Amino acid sequence: MIPLRKIAAATAVVLGIATMAPAQTLNFAYDADPVSLDPHEQLSGGTLQLSHMLFDPLVRWNQELGFDPRLATSCKRIDDTTVRFDLRHGVKFHSGNPMTAEDVIWTINRLKSSPDFKGIFAGWVSATKVDEDTIEIKTDGPSPLFLNTATYVFPMDSKFYEAGGAEIAKHGDSFASQHASGTGPFIITQREQGVRVVFERNPNYWDTKSPGNVQKAVLRPIKEAPTRVAALLAGDVDFIAPVPPTDLDRVRNNPNTKLVTMPGTRIITLQLNEKRNPALANKKVRQAIVYAINNEGIVKKIMKGFATPAAQMSPKGYAGHNPALKPRYDVAKAKALMAEAGYPDGFKTTMMCPNNRYVNDFKICEAASAMLAKIGIEVDLTTMPKAQYWPKFDERAADIMMIGWHADTEDSANFSEFLTMTPNADTGRGQYNSGNYSNPEVDRLTLASLTETDPAKRAAMLQKVEQILYDDAAYVPLHWQNLAWGARKGVMIEDVVNVMNFPYLGDLVIKK
Amino acid sequence: MHIIAFLIRRAVQAVIVMFVISLIGFSIQDNLGDPLRELVGQSVSEEVRNEMRQEMGLNDPFLVQYSRFIGKAVQGDLGTSYFFKRPALDVIMDKFPATFELVLGAVFIFLSLSIPAGIYCAIHRDSWLTRIIMSFSILGISIPVFLTAIGMVWLFGVELGWLPAFGRGQTVELPWGWDTGFLTWEGIRHLILPSIALSSIMLPLFIRLIRAEMMEAMGTDYVRFARAKGLPERRVRYVHAFRNTLLPVVTVGGLMVGTLIAYTILTETVFQWPGMGFMFLEAVNRVDTPLIIAYIIVVGLIFVVVNTLVDFLYTLINPMVKLPGAKA
Repeated sequence: MIPLRKIAAATAVVLGIATMAPAQTLNFAYDADPVSLDPHEQLSGGTLQLSHMLFDPLVRWNQELGFDPRLATSCKRIDDTTVRFDLRHGVKFHSGNPMTAEDVIWTINRLKSSPDFKGIFAGWVSATKVDEDTIEIKTDGPSPLFLNTATYVFPMDSKFYEAGGAEIAKHGDSFASQHASGTGPFIITQREQGVRVVFERNPNYWDTKSPGNVQKAVLRPIKEAPTRVAALLAGDVDFIAPVPPTDLDRVRNNPNTKLVTMPGTRIITLQLNEKRNPALANKKVRQAIVYAINNEGIVKKIMKGFATPAAQMSPKGYAGHNPALKPRYDVAKAKALMAEAGYPDGFKTTMMCPNNRYVNDFKICEAASAMLAKIGIEVDLTTMPKAQYWPKFDERAADIMMIGWHADTEDSANFSEFLTMTPNADTGRGQYNSGNYSNPEVDRLTLASLTETDPAKRAAMLQKVEQILYDDAAYVPLHWQNLAWGARKGVMIEDVVNVMNFPYLGDLVIKK
Repeated sequence: MHIIAFLIRRAVQAVIVMFVISLIGFSIQDNLGDPLRELVGQSVSEEVRNEMRQEMGLNDPFLVQYSRFIGKAVQGDLGTSYFFKRPALDVIMDKFPATFELVLGAVFIFLSLSIPAGIYCAIHRDSWLTRIIMSFSILGISIPVFLTAIGMVWLFGVELGWLPAFGRGQTVELPWGWDTGFLTWEGIRHLILPSIALSSIMLPLFIRLIRAEMMEAMGTDYVRFARAKGLPERRVRYVHAFRNTLLPVVTVGGLMVGTLIAYTILTETVFQWPGMGFMFLEAVNRVDTPLIIAYIIVVGLIFVVVNTLVDFLYTLINPMVKLPGAKA
């Protein structure tokens, strides 16, 4: 016979689970689930979102775009090219192995061999162990962005991966893409790709001060935006991202849900190819195009106000953000510039845009072509799915092409490096500069900023770059896409979301 | 013995169909986009991408790539999905039960509604119920399925909160690896909305088809003769007349399987139903070419199998019909 006391205890446990669990289980839906559990396989938002759940970085961004120490407790610059990180003591991986300096060095070396991440770590020449809890990084020059780079170092359990298989597989299967051992707040207990991922809280999580009370988190990818919103409103999930612009009010006005928004950092632009179309090589024509396109109107009408009109690439908060630059829109001036440039009757041009990459991408392009028609520029617009668009973009297949960019380093120089520096196949600079814009001064200032460690001087350089690009009308700045998350009331996502769009779910608090 | 000959002929036919489909699939894959773009981050250089392309054999000439594919395909390997990182055929087989059960649910709904409704409308031509059914069927034909689906999600999932709006709910794994949603109450509840949405394509069409065929059958000589013989009206209607309306219904039904498969893509996407159709649309978005090609080959096979079944059904419904190719 079972002693009565045991039954009582068991009942208490069952009741306890029944009353506590709902408050601590998070059901959330993103538009996709992570491709792989390997944090080094693909540099994408999905990978970073997952990395912040299973792993912890050396330092991480906070909501003010500053850095919070995580697995590195402090860091100091020894000289221009040397930085030391003190590692947190007593941290254990999910496997039970202690985290050591070797693990961190192993991780950095693995990052340097990953096709997706090696670009970011190119400047880190070596990582060496000073003692059990200290590592030293040598950079190839003075490095103003070493902390930005350190946000990508999520120490991995080297013993665990060495035993199972450490290979980074971009295609085909690998141990690391199916197994994970990190130091993060969650452990994956079940994963059915495309259907559900179940996370349980790491009972040995080092950050005992974390306010997070989510014991179990279930990620269900819901691709279709209306279905995702419906799932939130119906109470099937507690938290969704992204919320499409058309449903913002619905989520905001529902008595049970709330909307959290933030201006984003992804800039959407149109590039004007100066080599393909001689008219676009004329600075006045490019200026006329910028003046003709009413990007504030596009934000208002097409983006439903859910974007920030831009006049430059760097969003507010970035070193290179130049507060003097304001969006330009003046059709009369645009017409005058066209006449001055020798094109009073306009000209014909081609434009290509993706139709499933950025929010409302093809609608923006349609609006832009209509606006250009007003100053006599006849645009032949082609839109296509992103899968077909990128090869066309690589070919520079049209005079005007759309490109959105988010700086992996959260720094202004990254925009110029990829979008506006002179294209150079050897160095990879200007890889996404389909406009073939080239200005030696922009190249010089951008490169100089990469090794300038004085923040004030560096900001001045990057702001000057923005000013030159603005004056030259190097491209058409449209807007920065805003970010939106929807949640059930009581799920305190506003405290854990950030502009990089990787919510720190480990610190998420669910109040009843 | 002609059944065996018939089956062999059909098997050969299936192989040819799949071969042709694979050739078409393979020759259009370059137009689907660049899979590398989906595999790597935005800042990865063209050089690195090209190295990977080389490594994956994507730079080889068409015939080299295709013969490598066929070489593996005859051994049952249709390539490895870029996204799932598992054999494409395994991925499809994992998703197949979900789609099959959805189709089963839809077929159950439209058969159990269209047959009685079609017969009723044929017999009671002028009743008010017939008018309502017929006008609804016009409406049903003209509203696209994704609209029906999204409308139902809003009404029953959000506003009324009666039924779950997405996913498959609790599934039970059967011993032979088949994941079924039929055995749990949650699974059935999840099935209701998607199967109604999917059946909404076929339902109006079948009501109209059965009604038309039935009306025609009721006017034929043998029905009049049966009546003249004094057979009970029930027997005349449901045995003599109805049985003969089934032949065209089965024919159209067999052909409509293709439409049904096409619509599972839409329905599954709206309801986040983890089946083959949703997987296919995702694969197209991700340029997961091995999975795309494997999917269309499997669908080709399903077509051949279904049409073979339809031919068998003919002989059951009407013993005068012989299997194609059999001596009369």
